Amino acid sequence: MRFSNILHLGIKEMRSLARDPVMLVLIVFAFTFWVHAGATAMPELLNRAQIAIVDEDRSPLSTRIADSFQRPYFAPPEQIDPGRMDARMDAGRDTFALVIPAGFQRDILAGHPVTIQLNVDATRITQAFTGSGYIQAIVMAEVREFTARHRGAVDLPVDLVLRARFNPELDNAWFGSVMQVINNVTLLSIVLAGAALIRERERGTVEHLLTMPVTPLEIMIAKVWSTGLVVLVASAASLGVVVQAWLGVPVEGSVVLFMSGAALHVFATTSLGIMLATFSRSMPQFGLLLVLVLLPLEMLSGGVTPRESMPAVVQTLMLAAPDTHFVILAQAILYRGAGIGIVWPQFLALVAIGGVLFAIALLRFRRMISTMV
Amino acid sequence: MMPPPVIRFEGVGLRYGKVHALGDVSLDMPAGCMAGLIGPDGVGKSSLLALAAGVRRMQTGRIEVLGCDMSRPGYRAKVGPRIAYMPQGLGRNLYPTLSVRENIDFFGRLFGHGAAETARRIDTLTRATGLYPFLDRPAGKLSGGMKQKLGLCSALIHDPDLLILDEPTTGVDPLSRREFWELIAAIRAARSGMSVLVATAYMEEAARFDWLAAMDGGRILATGSPQGLMETTGTDTLDAAFLRLLPDEKRRSHRDVEIFPRRERDGDTAIEARELSMRFGDFTAVDRVQLSVKRGEIFGFIGSNGCGKTTTMKMMTGLLPPTEGSVRLFGSQVDPRDLATRRRVGYMSQSFSLYAELTVEQNLTLHARLFALPEPGIAARVEEMLSRFDLAEVRHKLPERLPLGLRQRLSLAVALIHRPEMLILDEPTSGVDPVARDAFWRILIELSRDEGVTIFISTHFMNEAERCDRVSLMHEGKVLATGAPAALAKEVGAATLEDAFIHHLETADGHVVVRATPLSPDAAPQSRTRVPRGWRRWFDPRRMTSHAWREALELWRDPVRMTLAILGSAVLMFVMGYGINLDVEDVTFAVLDHDQTAISRDYTMNLEGSRYFIEHPPIESYADMDRRMRAGEISLALEIPPGFGRDVARGRPVAIGAWIDGAMPTLAGTVQAYVQGMHLHWLELRARDGGYAGALAGPVTIETRFRYNADLRSLDAMVPAVIPLLLLLIPAMLSSLSVVREKELGSIINFYVTPTTRLEFLLGKQIPYVVLSMGSFLMLTVLAVTVFDVPLTGSFATLALGALLYVTAATAIGLVFSAFTRSQTAAMFGTAVLTILPAISFTGLIDPVSALQGFGRVIGEVYPTSHFLTIARGTFSKALGYDDLRAAFVPLALSVPALIVAAVLLLRKQER
Repeated sequence: MRFSNILHLGIKEMRSLARDPVMLVLIVFAFTFWVHAGATAMPELLNRAQIAIVDEDRSPLSTRIADSFQRPYFAPPEQIDPGRMDARMDAGRDTFALVIPAGFQRDILAGHPVTIQLNVDATRITQAFTGSGYIQAIVMAEVREFTARHRGAVDLPVDLVLRARFNPELDNAWFGSVMQVINNVTLLSIVLAGAALIRERERGTVEHLLTMPVTPLEIMIAKVWSTGLVVLVASAASLGVVVQAWLGVPVEGSVVLFMSGAALHVFATTSLGIMLATFSRSMPQFGLLLVLVLLPLEMLSGGVTPRESMPAVVQTLMLAAPDTHFVILAQAILYRGAGIGIVWPQFLALVAIGGVLFAIALLRFRRMISTMV
Repeated sequence: MMPPPVIRFEGVGLRYGKVHALGDVSLDMPAGCMAGLIGPDGVGKSSLLALAAGVRRMQTGRIEVLGCDMSRPGYRAKVGPRIAYMPQGLGRNLYPTLSVRENIDFFGRLFGHGAAETARRIDTLTRATGLYPFLDRPAGKLSGGMKQKLGLCSALIHDPDLLILDEPTTGVDPLSRREFWELIAAIRAARSGMSVLVATAYMEEAARFDWLAAMDGGRILATGSPQGLMETTGTDTLDAAFLRLLPDEKRRSHRDVEIFPRRERDGDTAIEARELSMRFGDFTAVDRVQLSVKRGEIFGFIGSNGCGKTTTMKMMTGLLPPTEGSVRLFGSQVDPRDLATRRRVGYMSQSFSLYAELTVEQNLTLHARLFALPEPGIAARVEEMLSRFDLAEVRHKLPERLPLGLRQRLSLAVALIHRPEMLILDEPTSGVDPVARDAFWRILIELSRDEGVTIFISTHFMNEAERCDRVSLMHEGKVLATGAPAALAKEVGAATLEDAFIHHLETADGHVVVRATPLSPDAAPQSRTRVPRGWRRWFDPRRMTSHAWREALELWRDPVRMTLAILGSAVLMFVMGYGINLDVEDVTFAVLDHDQTAISRDYTMNLEGSRYFIEHPPIESYADMDRRMRAGEISLALEIPPGFGRDVARGRPVAIGAWIDGAMPTLAGTVQAYVQGMHLHWLELRARDGGYAGALAGPVTIETRFRYNADLRSLDAMVPAVIPLLLLLIPAMLSSLSVVREKELGSIINFYVTPTTRLEFLLGKQIPYVVLSMGSFLMLTVLAVTVFDVPLTGSFATLALGALLYVTAATAIGLVFSAFTRSQTAAMFGTAVLTILPAISFTGLIDPVSALQGFGRVIGEVYPTSHFLTIARGTFSKALGYDDLRAAFVPLALSVPALIVAAVLLLRKQER
């Protein structure tokens, strides 16, 4: 193995990339503007939930209840006619519809049991869950306060003080921005490494390389380091400029430690890209494989929905994916300020996964070359 | 009376960046004759032809072809069907996976022939070209000569009035070349009035043309008949006439090639091939070849296209392990893993295989480094090669921008950069002009005679073969004869080596020469090519179908892609349907209990008993809590203060602390709600036990009805949402490579030269993918209902209509990327970036669009996925029909034409 070959073949890859201005613009776009858009679009847990109120009581109490749904959790509630409720929910305009029956306030004050109906669009499962809990609590509190003023009841004085650590405001942009950077890292490294190999094969340059004193291992390492460098520079810039400066997300832990984790992750994903490339005979096939691999990586790594709530089988299977470990270590380092003493298992896992993927890719690459005419 | 010229150039100029390719060319090409453009490489011959064919965008001047102004798109569309253009490079405009018949058929349909007429023409043309027996062979598996004939058939299918051929016989063997010109002559005889314009590097071919224009440096040097040119220059060959026409300084650099005899060295053998055979399946490409080449010898290899020359050469370099037999280089067995041998050999393959993205100089430097030349000497060596091969002027250019001849010179320079002891050159001079070819040979002779370099070369030029010390004639995998060129000719009593070669071929055992059937006069077309009129000129459904049919065939020939698209969707549906679960369960928590009383334990038990929480060992200290939360081991930490039990009993205010891991805000929010709920629950229990029940719980019950999904089954919510996600990503990826791939591989030229409009081209590409995606849609719907047991409560017809509009929009998104990117990598990356994030985050899959904010919200409002998601959820879960969902159909339907128009506007109809 000659280091100068690896160096010069890698430089060649970078020069190829520099010749594709559209690609460069897309990379910059993905790591800046797109990270920002992805991070800021996500609502707070319950943000501007659409609620409609069918108020058949029109009493001071029902008005109080309606007024208590406020931003940022709820969009200003709309008062609607009972007849329009179904149509609006069918069209997806309202996630919640609260029906306050006629004679509500009168019955409460008289101490008669009353039922309020809350309709929830369960197809929006995230909001459906948490939102109905919130609404119940709000209605209960308003009613209790109202009756307390009128009847003077007492509460048990045990309070619950809730604090969120590492992200006190539960600001979704903190989480979303970093996850978006991670998704871009995975996507770009698979595409760059894999497409570079297929392109060389489609143009016959791989064959040409093999008439020279260059080994498949050197070719592969060159692709890994050059792709890795491009991706790491892009992600470091994105983390510094977009996440920290533009979005103002405080980074708790060591950026250097995070970048070393990212480097290991990129090693694994570039190897994965090369492996996928050896499995496909043409660029269109590679494109499809990319989608088939990328989607589970992004959706099931814990970056979109929490790992804990996935079925056990999926959780176990996803342990084989580099993204899972990278998401865990990114969260630990960047938000919780964890050090290597805590995240070493993830580093180890990435090394192992990367090593296996690299070995398979090299094996497949050698075989591909020997059967090439 | 002179007929009007078929092509008139007036003051035509063309520049690429700062380089002038054509400078003020004015030229009238006479009609109805065989006209040729001759001149060295890179003088603008191809550019001139491309301009005349309407492939390249005009910059300055005026071009009239068949009386129409080529700068006006309207005229270009009108005259387009009367022109046929065959670009440079073997089979560059053919579709390798399509058969001979399908290739010609595609062009026939494009020009509006009916099926019967097309079939008749295919029959006539393939019989005339001798391709008839190979009608069902894929174009990619044809030999070079056959590819050129197929290209010609494809060009001739629509009876053009003007046939433009850019170096049609470059890289074609002498026999096929002869047949090719006979064919052109026959066609011209059958179709008088057809004009043919040819650019060629073969002077002996040009000598048989009616009219010639000699070019140099982007200008016309002289025009006239070959005879006329020879007379005005006072020379007796066209080669000499051309040299005389060149400016003085260029002429002076040319010297005739002199061959001086090889000094006999100690006679050691450089290459020794024994019983070398190569079989691919049943097909024997190389059959027991025996060769022995002495050190310093120039050994020539001649033979028809596809006779096994390239395969033999690849085995000699170790690229291809032989099925049988052995090769020894410098006395040792060829071992593909032996890097040391590779340093001693320079190999130049037939197809250009240098890095298109590196400049000429960067390519040379890279190779010098890969061959481990000492770093200090590299710059000088690169300079030496640049000047030796006359590449200094183009050192900063990309090889793609160079004409074939210059690219070949670069390939040779690369093969020589490390001063190899042996050169294996596979048709190195194909497409190189005569002057440069002679220069090339002077270098080879120098290397062989002065430096003792062994040269193994294959060629189609007989005058080059005659310069070799020895040649082998190869045919159908066998070596027919080997010897000194003169001896070979004498042996069979032939006057020239070419005659000897053809004699050997014709007498070869078992060889049947596929004789072309001459075109009979009645082979003239029975119906003229229909030139579409009126609106059909702008949108001809036939042309669109023709493109759709071809794209579909290519897809059909690639079953892996089809399987991936359909089965892949099914697999992803399983993974995502089961994997994405928005219920939060098993939240890990631990307690720091300063109190340790019955009441504090009761509080903990309350949480532990819930299905949402899992208790971990108690926290011992604040440091312990901090460590475990940082490690992510627990998501929730509770702190029960000292004296908690006492205070509760006495009714004194007391507070429990709860710390939630906020790293993942959605999770944290849910945990928060759970903790609050559990806390209220505990309070209620305590109150009831303590007899406060009446005071605490208000008399209000809130009856929550989860509509559309009463059990809150995550699967029921996810499956209808996963369908839109999959029907976006996969169709968009399928179509996103369709156009840009043709740009990278070169067949986009067919779009430039044929009358196909941009809309026809794009819609034609789109149709097969829409059909395939509708197949995926049906399968996903059936899977959802049967395997996942998610009921389809609403109207299937509404869902299907929505899906049709949606996959059309999705494939159009791919086309938009394909239209403006230049590389497949960029198209793929762009499509992935701009579909995955919106589909997952901006369109209501997880959070409803109405809850989104910022730019993501804006995208979510217009993105087709948002609207189809409403339709899918409406029809699956809410039992809705078309009338209920009309509001979602409007924006979805509008997005289709908007995206297609965007793609049309971004696609260029001409090369820049």
